[in-house]
Amino acid sequence: MSLSKIWVFVEPSESGVSSTSLELISAASSIAPLVEAFGYGVGPEVSQTLGDHGATKLIAATGLDGVLAGTAVASVMAKRIAGDAPDAIFFAATPEGRDAAARLSAKLDLPVCTNVVNLLQDGADLVSEHAVFGGAVIVSAKFTSAGPGIYVIRAKSFTAEPKGGAAAAFEEVNVGDIGSAGKAKIVQSHVEARSGPKLDEAPVVVSGGRGLGQQESYQMIEELAKLLNGAPGASRAIVDAGWVPYSYQVGQTGKTVKPSVYIACGISGATQHMVGMKGAKNIIAINKDADAPIFTIADLGIVGDVHKILPKLIEAIKSKG
Amino acid sequence: MNIAVCVKQIPDQSVPGRLDPGTHNLVRDGKLILDDSDSYGVEMALQLVDRAGGGEVTLISMAPNSELSGLRTALAMGASKAVLVSDPSLAGSDALTTAKVLAAAIRRNPFDLVMAATESTDGYTGTVPVQIAELLDIPSVSFAKKVEIENGVLKVQRQTESGYDEVECPLPALVSVTAGVVEPRYPSFKGIMAAKSKPVDVLDVAGLGTGPLTSGQEIVSVRDAEERASGTVVIDEGEGYQQVVEFLESLKII
Ligand SMILES: Cc1cc2nc3c(=O)[nH]c(=O)nc-3n(C[C@H](O)[C@H](O)[C@H](O)COP(=O)(O)OP(=O)(O)OC[C@H]3O[C@@H](n4cnc5c(N)ncnc54)[C@H](O)[C@@H]3O)c2cc1C
Ligand SMILES: Nc1ncnc2c1ncn2[C@@H]1O[C@H](COP(=O)(O)O)[C@@H](O)[C@H]1O
Repeated sequence: MSLSKIWVFVEPSESGVSSTSLELISAASSIAPLVEAFGYGVGPEVSQTLGDHGATKLIAATGLDGVLAGTAVASVMAKRIAGDAPDAIFFAATPEGRDAAARLSAKLDLPVCTNVVNLLQDGADLVSEHAVFGGAVIVSAKFTSAGPGIYVIRAKSFTAEPKGGAAAAFEEVNVGDIGSAGKAKIVQSHVEARSGPKLDEAPVVVSGGRGLGQQESYQMIEELAKLLNGAPGASRAIVDAGWVPYSYQVGQTGKTVKPSVYIACGISGATQHMVGMKGAKNIIAINKDADAPIFTIADLGIVGDVHKILPKLIEAIKSKG
Repeated sequence: MNIAVCVKQIPDQSVPGRLDPGTHNLVRDGKLILDDSDSYGVEMALQLVDRAGGGEVTLISMAPNSELSGLRTALAMGASKAVLVSDPSLAGSDALTTAKVLAAAIRRNPFDLVMAATESTDGYTGTVPVQIAELLDIPSVSFAKKVEIENGVLKVQRQTESGYDEVECPLPALVSVTAGVVEPRYPSFKGIMAAKSKPVDVLDVAGLGTGPLTSGQEIVSVRDAEERASGTVVIDEGEGYQQVVEFLESLKII
């Protein structure tokens, strides 16, 4: 016995559909022959890309009218599940993905499995792997109850692989009335502009943390990132302090990055930060505390003051032209 | 304005976490403390009740061994009372079971707003709050970084992948807040003394009246992840930047 159908929640991005959505579609299609995508804010223009990664159908929720997307799509899934139930449902660990998974789980009385970093097949069962304690320990889990399991999967756990499928069939579904959950509405959206490569796609990421001491010092991070054609990132400590927007955050609650080089400046290496950057091919850390945990995973660690090292590093790279 | 705040009591995070080799559940035998993540919700709730000019902040917690230390901290900050659900059968509960327990505990008192943290420090499923909202049949706004109530309307700035949304919602509702939204107050000496006599309603599952609760998942194995070999660590004597330059050159980044 094996799994025959998986539903995947897909989210829009500037380029059509988010790269994490495609990772999940690829993962699902390597497990089950039928993969149906449920999205919002996307139309037939993404059918080809989705099909290419293995989705057979795209069901797009329309008529959201300001309703939070996760809530709306969960409602569409719940209405459709009777008679058409999949074997598993995948969500990315994004704000919308978590909302959708949580709503659906409570609506259908199905358990949800979060922080998934890998999925393995064991006969008719799926075994999920979870990184705990900052990625030091892997826990494997299984659902014991009947019904489709809901999985919330961390970005970059799987690779998005086009395999040349036909365009996914396209279907629109109006969300209609979704009850009290639909009373929370977006009245205005603010997009924080960023230039340069996207944080979760950049080949080089330079991140700053509380060790920078003050907001002005973050300029060094931006400058270095730019010189290396990379993206600037941050620890939660300085996002919370309001130095940089949340979209810069790397870690458990922020972005997962897997660049070729990650440079951590004035970041201690809390487990919640490491879980978001441990997958980098090469890690460089600059921290004045020789005992900072970040050094345990760094390929190159420099014990010293970011205010002394970064200006020299920037100058040296500039002078190389 | 009556606000129910979910507060998780967790093992001290400065002591490394451990899984029970038999059950694979997180070991929670020592003294538990208030999850830092929830101190933001408590502070926010106290401020909102204050601004509304009246009402109560009620703490809601599920924890083993009738553990009260974390609740006392939040009571000392200024919350009025607490509901604690403690039952050996709840050990290792999954997120949905936890949400069912907390939703039932919340229903015991009138509420206009429910607050929780976006993620707990030790469980970080990040789904419990929105599951509670669905069970209570109320709207929810997760990832809240700023929360206000104006003329009975909840106004939230909600973090998104690319910025933030302004979200509005009638009460009753649930918000889950991110860290850093407000600066949690330190309990005063007076607060700590007063907390000792504040009412705490301690219940077991039977007292809660939810009916049987079963978790729908099990841990099948636990193993150590492959370790990343640590590399070279050098002490900067003024030329440390050169090492970085050379490393980047060796990778052909520059
Ligand atoms: C549920 C939950 C989710 C979380 N999610 C995330 C997340 O997604 N991402 C994240 O990053 N964190 C997250 N955290 C927070 C995390 O636990 C840490 O608090 C945070 O990562 C610390 O940031 P930091 O390293 O910048 O600050 P600190 O831990 O304060 O470290 C600052 C470092 O800078 C060094 N330093 C100081 N001065 C200098 C100097 N002049 N030169 C060089 N080094 C210097 C210090 O030695 C220290 O090591 C989460 C926490 C929880 C509970
Ligand atoms: N056992 C619990 N007792 C009280 N609140 C909880 C409990 N578990 C989760 N919560 C609330 O839900 C939030 C998110 O938890 P989690 O879904 O585990 O990441 C926590 O920060 C709390 O506000």
